[in-house]
Amino acid sequence: MSMPFYVSPEQLMKDRADFARKGIARGRSVIAVQYADGVLFVSENPSQALHKVSEIYDRIAFAAVGRYNEFENLRIAGVRLADMRGYAYDRRDVTGRGLANAYAQTLGTIFSSGGEKPYEVEIFVAEIGDAAEDDQLYRLTYDGQVADEHGYAVMGGAADVVAGHLAQHYVAGASLEDTLRVAVAALGHSESEDRVIPAGDLEVAALDRTRTQPRKFLRLRAARLAEILGGRGAEEADETAPEDAVAGSGPRQSGQDDPADPTDQVSGATPPLEDPVTGEPPVAPPVAPPVAPPVAPPPPAPEPDQPGTPPPPTEPGQV
Amino acid sequence: MSDSRLPASFMAPGTSSFADFLGAEAPDLLPSRRAVPTGDAGQLAPHGTTIVAATFAGGVVMAGDRRATMGNIIAQRDIEKVFPADEFSVVGIAGTAGLAVEMVRLFQTELEHYEKIEGTTLSMDGKSNRLAALIRSNLGLAMQGLAVVPLFAGYDLTADQGRIFSYDVTGGRYEETAFHSVGSGSLFARGSLKKLYREDLDAEGAVTAVVQALYDAADDDSATGGPDLTRRIFPVVHVITPDGGRRLPDDEVATIADRMIAARMQRPDGPAAALT
Repeated sequence: MSMPFYVSPEQLMKDRADFARKGIARGRSVIAVQYADGVLFVSENPSQALHKVSEIYDRIAFAAVGRYNEFENLRIAGVRLADMRGYAYDRRDVTGRGLANAYAQTLGTIFSSGGEKPYEVEIFVAEIGDAAEDDQLYRLTYDGQVADEHGYAVMGGAADVVAGHLAQHYVAGASLEDTLRVAVAALGHSESEDRVIPAGDLEVAALDRTRTQPRKFLRLRAARLAEILGGRGAEEADETAPEDAVAGSGPRQSGQDDPADPTDQVSGATPPLEDPVTGEPPVAPPVAPPVAPPVAPPPPAPEPDQPGTPPPPTEPGQV
Repeated sequence: MSDSRLPASFMAPGTSSFADFLGAEAPDLLPSRRAVPTGDAGQLAPHGTTIVAATFAGGVVMAGDRRATMGNIIAQRDIEKVFPADEFSVVGIAGTAGLAVEMVRLFQTELEHYEKIEGTTLSMDGKSNRLAALIRSNLGLAMQGLAVVPLFAGYDLTADQGRIFSYDVTGGRYEETAFHSVGSGSLFARGSLKKLYREDLDAEGAVTAVVQALYDAADDDSATGGPDLTRRIFPVVHVITPDGGRRLPDDEVATIADRMIAARMQRPDGPAAALT
């Protein structure tokens, strides 16, 4: 009978957060930005079928980055929750705040439970009101934190750079066309260059309160985007990103730590969260280099809810 | 909304049908899952009456009278029995009013739910089959006198024409050509439309024909309401074209109804059809 290693709660949570952050950082960014008549979502997404931005209810929309299967799960759960509430009560009783709470509870529970892999997603939930000051934009992170955003918000891979560009150029209360141009320019902005993203590679949707139908969500198709954006110079598609939708981008077996691959078995300074092969819970990350054995090993803390687990198999590339 | 984690059933992949999800998650919310004591419950609640639909070259119209009856009592003078199901279809309901309205809400949610989950709308046949399934699940209540009989119409963007479907209480689904009517006054309305309907009608002509048919139904069926001239209550009329569906504003229907009534002042039985 082997003894489980002790892992401090801080280390456990840090590992899980690092794992989730790595997964999220692989994807391209999504921008949510408020304009005069509602909220606009812009992202670079060459796929016409796998959406990052979707309708939840009359005045509520959802946008996500990260692992597709995970946020698709959350999206469907949100649609079911909203439709069920709207059917049982009334359409006006479906609120973005309620939905954001349900997502936050779900993400938070999954993040802090030992048995499940944390979700590698970040989510926007937006709801528009009758006037611009009633619009709400919530940003939810992998650990269930909720932030109330104002004006604009960015999540995903290069969120900091894109947000920096937006901070300089964003104008509150601008028209849809102007806001879209600013957002698309920000998406193409990086520290080294400013890229012109082809209109066909953009996924743009809006909650538009000027629509006469009760359902305020609409997608802006490529033809309309090209018309709004006009001539912007030579278009340049992004290189294929190692996103979840790309087949064959599974775990790689190498002796190097690859920050772009959360499933690699070698993690440099960051110990792996759990054994990707056996799925063992995190019991024995070698926190410090095993130079000398600890003088006073931690007492074998009785952990009734953590049954004795065998030590993880020796990982390749680790001494 | 719930203050804790979303239940596992919400996250489970699987059905795109809201009714199926509701049946598993909260069956008490389904209109057809009501437990009703044995015996005839048909006299307990108001009944909606006549619905008429007709196709024309660029779409389809559906109209319903405004009366709900309970035995010999007029329960409501301005009830609405024709509802948009989604952007390109409309559903009108005859039968037990309370159940019917609830079933329409379920059907509307069903279509919207599918569209949001799948990212595409159901085909016209898919929509009509889903409605058949909802009616079928209501058979138990129908046998106790709480029958719901819908009429479903819409513009089929694939076939590029307006289509009409009728149903029976067992969920049988029948596609109709040109025009159809359901409800207590439907026999008279259908007879009227037989004489008034022509294939070359435009939208306004088709609206006039269905309003005339409802007048004829009200003329001979006590449960169908005619135009209420003192209160200015006129039939609910929906028109669906390839651009989507809309409810005709009351003043447009009033104009058509006033014209019809002025003509009936001269000839109370309505327009005369040619003998040959």
